[in-house]
Amino acid sequence: MDWSQSLRLIAPEETITVAGLVLLLVAAWGGDKASRLISIVSVATLVAAMALVAPALCGGAMGPETSAFFGQFRADAFASYAKILIYGSAAVTLVLAPSYFERYDSMRAEFPLLVLFATVGMGMMVSAADLLTLYIGLEMMSLSSYVLAAILRSDGRSAEAGLKYFVLGALASGILLFGMSLTYGFAGTTSFAGINASVSEGLSNGALFGIVFMLAGLAFKISAVPFHMWTPDVYEGAPTPVTTFFATAPKVAGLGLIMRVLLDAFGEQAAAWQQIILFVALASIVVGALGAIGQSNIKRLMAYSSINNVGFILVGLATATQAGASGMLIYVTIYVAMSIAGFTAILMLKDENGNYVEDIPKLAGLSRTRPGLALALATVMFSLAGIPPLFGFWGKFVVFQAAVQADMLALAFIGIAASVIGAFYYLKVVKVMYFDEPADVVKGESDIWHKLILVVACAFISPLGYLLTSWLGETANTATTALFAAL
Amino acid sequence: MSGFPILSLMLLVPLAAALVCLYLDAKSARVLALAATLANLALGVVLWLNFDVGGAQWQFQESHELFAGFKYALGIDGIALLLIMLSVFLMPVCIGASWKSVEKRVGEYMAAFLLVEMLMIGVFAAQDLFLFYIFFEAGLIPMYLIIGIWGGADRIYASYKFFLYTLLGSVLMLIAMLWMVNVSGTTDIPTLMAYDFDPQAQTWLWLAFFASFAVKMPMWPVHTWLPAAHVQAPTAGSVILAGVLLKMGGYGFIRFSLPMFPEASAQFAPLIWGLSMTAVVVTSLIALVQDDMKKLIAYSSVAHMAIVTVGLFAFNAQGLEGSMLVMLSHGLVSGALFLCVGIIYDRLHTREIARYGGLAINMPRYALFFLLFTMASIGLPGTSGFVGEFLSLAGAYQVSSWVGLISTTSIILGAAYMLYLYRRVVFGPQKNADAAAMPDLDAREILMVVALAIPVLWMGIYPESFMAPMRADIAALEARIARAAPEGDAKPTAGNPKPAHEEVSAHGGAH
Repeated sequence: MDWSQSLRLIAPEETITVAGLVLLLVAAWGGDKASRLISIVSVATLVAAMALVAPALCGGAMGPETSAFFGQFRADAFASYAKILIYGSAAVTLVLAPSYFERYDSMRAEFPLLVLFATVGMGMMVSAADLLTLYIGLEMMSLSSYVLAAILRSDGRSAEAGLKYFVLGALASGILLFGMSLTYGFAGTTSFAGINASVSEGLSNGALFGIVFMLAGLAFKISAVPFHMWTPDVYEGAPTPVTTFFATAPKVAGLGLIMRVLLDAFGEQAAAWQQIILFVALASIVVGALGAIGQSNIKRLMAYSSINNVGFILVGLATATQAGASGMLIYVTIYVAMSIAGFTAILMLKDENGNYVEDIPKLAGLSRTRPGLALALATVMFSLAGIPPLFGFWGKFVVFQAAVQADMLALAFIGIAASVIGAFYYLKVVKVMYFDEPADVVKGESDIWHKLILVVACAFISPLGYLLTSWLGETANTATTALFAAL
Repeated sequence: MSGFPILSLMLLVPLAAALVCLYLDAKSARVLALAATLANLALGVVLWLNFDVGGAQWQFQESHELFAGFKYALGIDGIALLLIMLSVFLMPVCIGASWKSVEKRVGEYMAAFLLVEMLMIGVFAAQDLFLFYIFFEAGLIPMYLIIGIWGGADRIYASYKFFLYTLLGSVLMLIAMLWMVNVSGTTDIPTLMAYDFDPQAQTWLWLAFFASFAVKMPMWPVHTWLPAAHVQAPTAGSVILAGVLLKMGGYGFIRFSLPMFPEASAQFAPLIWGLSMTAVVVTSLIALVQDDMKKLIAYSSVAHMAIVTVGLFAFNAQGLEGSMLVMLSHGLVSGALFLCVGIIYDRLHTREIARYGGLAINMPRYALFFLLFTMASIGLPGTSGFVGEFLSLAGAYQVSSWVGLISTTSIILGAAYMLYLYRRVVFGPQKNADAAAMPDLDAREILMVVALAIPVLWMGIYPESFMAPMRADIAALEARIARAAPEGDAKPTAGNPKPAHEEVSAHGGAH
């Protein structure tokens, strides 16, 4: 273990950090006029970082040679899988953002920088092999996110979203930190490998408390019930490109982190946390589904939908098996595509003055005025509901297959029956767009990048996605093999 | 013919046409849809002509490893062949039925119908458990749109009810399928049909499949989505709903529940009988008091489907063959009846029975064909309805006299509500001036009803054509479930009479 190897392993983080710092100077001297240049360079940096992490995934990197900085950091295939999703989501956000902010005349040079720094934090989260790395990564992401939520300073809703997110997020971080300190106190170490070794004999009450508090803090970050209250307000209030970002990259990072903590550090004591995850999963599915029914703002609807989907993803975690973990990765990949498609479509809903339309009733009859857009949104809705032949079904399929293989039939039955409740509100959006008489509100045109992203994301979640199932399954398996081999 | 992927082609033709239809104007969309469905009908005829009756059980097989966890595997036996034929035969009629009545968003409408056709064929041809499930479930989306966009006044409620009811049933089946694949290690349907699951597990698996098929069938008491969906769906939607979609439930019982879980099927046979007997009596009586024509026919569908389930769970060849014939016959007859309703609905825009009357005077040709289909629905000998009902009920009678007795009331009650409907609509005085002024059938309508009348009579007069392809498959199924077949209470001894002196002594003993 030498420094040069460690520095080589964190090449993607270094690239993004250096680019971020240089661009910070550009922003300082260039001002908001340089924002376009900064965005372009940031996207290029993220693409380069994706290229840097890809080899580890393709080669199935795992074991001691992926460990950097004396076991603090792990750049294995699992981390690479999550990082590709995170960098990709961040890049998409940066492409989507300019036209939105220009509308409000507030495209700030800080925006791409904050996204970059949040991305570095998220990369550290999924690579964490130590409680300290975990916390630094998490806080780096969170602090950037608070500012991002409030970046539209002139808009009251955005400021409110930022404040709510900050206060509740700080509370959650505190709870997490408390859990970490308990874990450290009872395990005597902060490294995941050390914790795993010390709890393999049996779990003391103190360490159990540690798990519970840590899970509470982490559940907040992925907006799982009962720590989901902030989600609808933040999703609604934050600028739509930022919401796109929140719905994708931090979800991947948070889920990756939870998998690291539970399957690596506490992998030997699965029975202790399985019940908690089981409850959180089912509660998220049900609350997400029921909460969405009364919503008339499409961003709030997507917020509840994300709570609901996190519940389904956690079903895979509740199994504590490799099949379950692979299922989570596949589901989260499809979920990221669905979220990108959904929010891109929402960004394209503009009235004739170019104002963004978020009220679901105003989408009435969209299928007649804008058939392509309506078709895309309907695809997203049916896919989120998990109706075959759309690709969203595959995500549910793999996690429930893992649950059945782990003999958790009751969980599978309840979870899938609750998905029918969820179908109800997705259908409502389709109903408004296809069955109602046209309200003819949506008229604005969107730029080519939005259309391109929407077409690509929709093609991925269309039945064509099934052609990727073999490849996706193998890649996810490589990643989770690395995850389970980390100890 | 071997090696040519005709089943894939039959899936591809409607799919490609559906995608093109989305971009066409009304007139060319109609023509394209008709051309595509006729091409598929031609392919279906080729399929039937090349089907080797008495040959291998599974024919026209294709298999490609395209996906993780399941395969793209197609193949048909005689049962699937007949149901595919029914689907491809009814589709051109459906397109014809909506030629004039659908005026808004024609391209999307035709696309939705072509998608339904593709998915139907997929359901019957799939040889992989999960491929079957995907086709089975995917049909929900186009049907939801068809009911919701082109339906009548209460269409939104009906579309929700249809979607959520059937979805809840199906997702439970999905979990059962996952479990089966986990235990047996295969997704291949023919292999699973011969796999013996633990009888205890069968109970749960059977219930999960039942949750799905009973809703699709639909069986009493989960039939309530059907009248709602039918009344609101456009004519062609009703034809395809009654004609083909309802057959998926019956097909599911034949393909999955019976051969995969024979013990559980026997265990739950009394439940099926009970529900079916209730359905026969209750829904027939409900049909009797309807004053909406489509609702009446919808309830009669539930009653006919109950005869199907009774026959299926009789565990003998008569019952199974009879059920298949009832399904085919009901597909044609109820489709034709909905078409007949649609024809006069297009003229007067009401389905209320009381608004018609005396149509025999101004629409004699219509009256003739309506009478034929009414009689076929009742089960008059010489029409398709008779053969299937007779066989199913004969099969049911072998296992339980009571089930046979009560199920047979469907013929009497069926005659009551159908003849009552016919009398009110076609006979009697011409009460309403606007109904009396309606013109008789035009060439397009005659073409459609004649096309439906021919197979109805064919199946009634020479059913062998339809029974031959499936005979071997039914025999195989009967042999598969024989080990669990419940013992009959009648014990008929026809063809094996006891010697006369024993008869006498038995009498003497009784006295």
